[in-house]
Amino acid sequence: MVLELQKPRPVWQIMFSTHHTDVGLLYLIMSIAFLFMGGTLPLLIRAELFFPGAQVIADSMTFNRIFTVHGTTLIFLFLLPSASAVGNYFVPIMVRYKDMAYPKLNAIAFWMIPPAGALIWLGFADFTWYATPPYSIISSPGPAADMWIFGLKILGISSVLGAINFVVTILKCKHPDMSIGQVPLLAWAFLSSSLIVIVAIPTFAAALLMLLTDRLGVTGFFNPAMGGDPIAYAHLFWFTFHPEVYVLVIPAIGMMYEIIPRFSRKPIFSKSSGIFAFVLLSVVSFSSWAHHMYATGMSFTEKTVFMLGTLAAVPASGMHVFNFVATMWNGRIKFLTPMMWSIGGIALFFSAGAGGVANAAMPLDFTTHDTYWVVGHFHLFVMGTIAFGTIGFIYYMFPYVTGRMYNETAGKIHFILSFIGTVLVFFTQHVLGLYGMPRRIFDYPEIPEWIVMNQIATVGAMIIGVSMLIFLINLIHSSAKGKPADIHDPFGLGGKYYYPFESKNPHH
Amino acid sequence: MGHHSNWPEWIYVGVIIALMCWVGAEAWNVERLVDHVPADAETIIVTGQQWFWTFEHEDGTVETGTLHVEAGKAYKFEVVSKDVNHSFNIHDYVVLMDAVPGRVNVVWFAPDKAGEHDIQCREYCGLIHYNMRGKLIVEEPSA
Repeated sequence: MVLELQKPRPVWQIMFSTHHTDVGLLYLIMSIAFLFMGGTLPLLIRAELFFPGAQVIADSMTFNRIFTVHGTTLIFLFLLPSASAVGNYFVPIMVRYKDMAYPKLNAIAFWMIPPAGALIWLGFADFTWYATPPYSIISSPGPAADMWIFGLKILGISSVLGAINFVVTILKCKHPDMSIGQVPLLAWAFLSSSLIVIVAIPTFAAALLMLLTDRLGVTGFFNPAMGGDPIAYAHLFWFTFHPEVYVLVIPAIGMMYEIIPRFSRKPIFSKSSGIFAFVLLSVVSFSSWAHHMYATGMSFTEKTVFMLGTLAAVPASGMHVFNFVATMWNGRIKFLTPMMWSIGGIALFFSAGAGGVANAAMPLDFTTHDTYWVVGHFHLFVMGTIAFGTIGFIYYMFPYVTGRMYNETAGKIHFILSFIGTVLVFFTQHVLGLYGMPRRIFDYPEIPEWIVMNQIATVGAMIIGVSMLIFLINLIHSSAKGKPADIHDPFGLGGKYYYPFESKNPHH
Repeated sequence: MGHHSNWPEWIYVGVIIALMCWVGAEAWNVERLVDHVPADAETIIVTGQQWFWTFEHEDGTVETGTLHVEAGKAYKFEVVSKDVNHSFNIHDYVVLMDAVPGRVNVVWFAPDKAGEHDIQCREYCGLIHYNMRGKLIVEEPSA
């Protein structure tokens, strides 16, 4: 057992450790804490939208602050750190190195996140996670907005440091006997996503500084009153944050590559096509950023180029889906909790991708853009694919981290409720978007179709809320009182398909 | 990596690429038509500001909140903003164009029959974004 939670160590020993599994544990605990903080907010949003008129949230300013912090928290403080948690645990072991390449840098990258999270939560800004100028420059109240900017700045530095560490660990520290083709797909996923981070993040880091000086009134990069252009911000923002979608998706797919062959008790259908699709995705992720901006007045040529760039990502994503299905085909599948989350994640990944093709097609985008369709669409990615993959993997690594087993029945109930809830919320929101409901609104007129669909979505969200409560209780209870795991084969998969759970790096 | 053949995957990838080509070509074709503003379209200047819409017709009449047009005619909207980004949207006619300060964005439509439709703002613009709504009233042709 890596962490030997059955033989407790003092907390400070884990907090000041630079060992990769300790840093991984810190990432894991922090990201789960932020999952529950950021995950409570949408329940308030959904309760508010159950009926037209003000329900539970006092005013629209509070509502706007809530959805801003909801998005920022779950993307930057849950999804990204939870992927780092998995990477920290498994990448060094998978490339057979004693630790991350730069252990101290690794710990520093982690410890930058809590202060950034504090800035975001204490500020509670209102300008959406996109911080669009000129609103964010001339209209958004400080100091919340400035605290958000500093928080994101720190998170950007932290992700670049983490990404450099993964790239060096995988490329330079892998065992000399190991060729790059032998590196497991999960590590390949971290290599691809880290390279995207290193290329993409600096652009937004620059834009953030420009936004800050614009807010201070000393520059006017994005302020039309001073000769600037808000559309320039949109380009810089999406040049970073469209690839960022892949930074989140690729590790989640990598986690499914770890789970699906083992629980199907078959080797992966084609490892080389998995690697190829990762690399291809990380390249084409940079060709589609302005598909978020069709309605900003782009020329026909620009729209066409970015539509083609977007559609180019579809074959690579499809290859992953094919690989998963072909791996499960004729396998002796054991439907335990991690496998169920992975399969659910693939199904929702497929749905999200299909909706994405509709968004990318220029004329259809003018129907769906900035409506609830888009909210439903990207939530199928962030919740349905990425969070599903990650939560499945948290169950999978649970015996590895704690030496105990989680409660299997509770895990399955968690999955079934979450899946039903996710479908109820986000499929419904697609349709709601087609009926024209704009996103980011505190209140809506009494249009019967809107009311019904909002209520379905709210019920779905509450079901997800209940399922997450079961998750939390399961995690806490089982890590203290769960039955000891058979560390050689905790899931009873037998044969050669279990993970070498006893492999570990000694503490230093 | 097993020693099986990969041909099903190649066929599958080929089908996806063909599908995407079809989607792209179809979208390109439709958008090319939609982007082309008819020469006889009447111009209406649409101004977004926190948190209402103003419409200025070619003859100089200015309306706030409610826009009157005639069925059977084409209209070209020049969408501008006085403060922050907004998005001018008549969902029933798939009219959507961002109002960006410092820019004039163009979108057009040709209502085909009389009726009443909602106008709304679809880009986040602050406090009363949720209620930045208006009405489009399409009237029977006058002549």
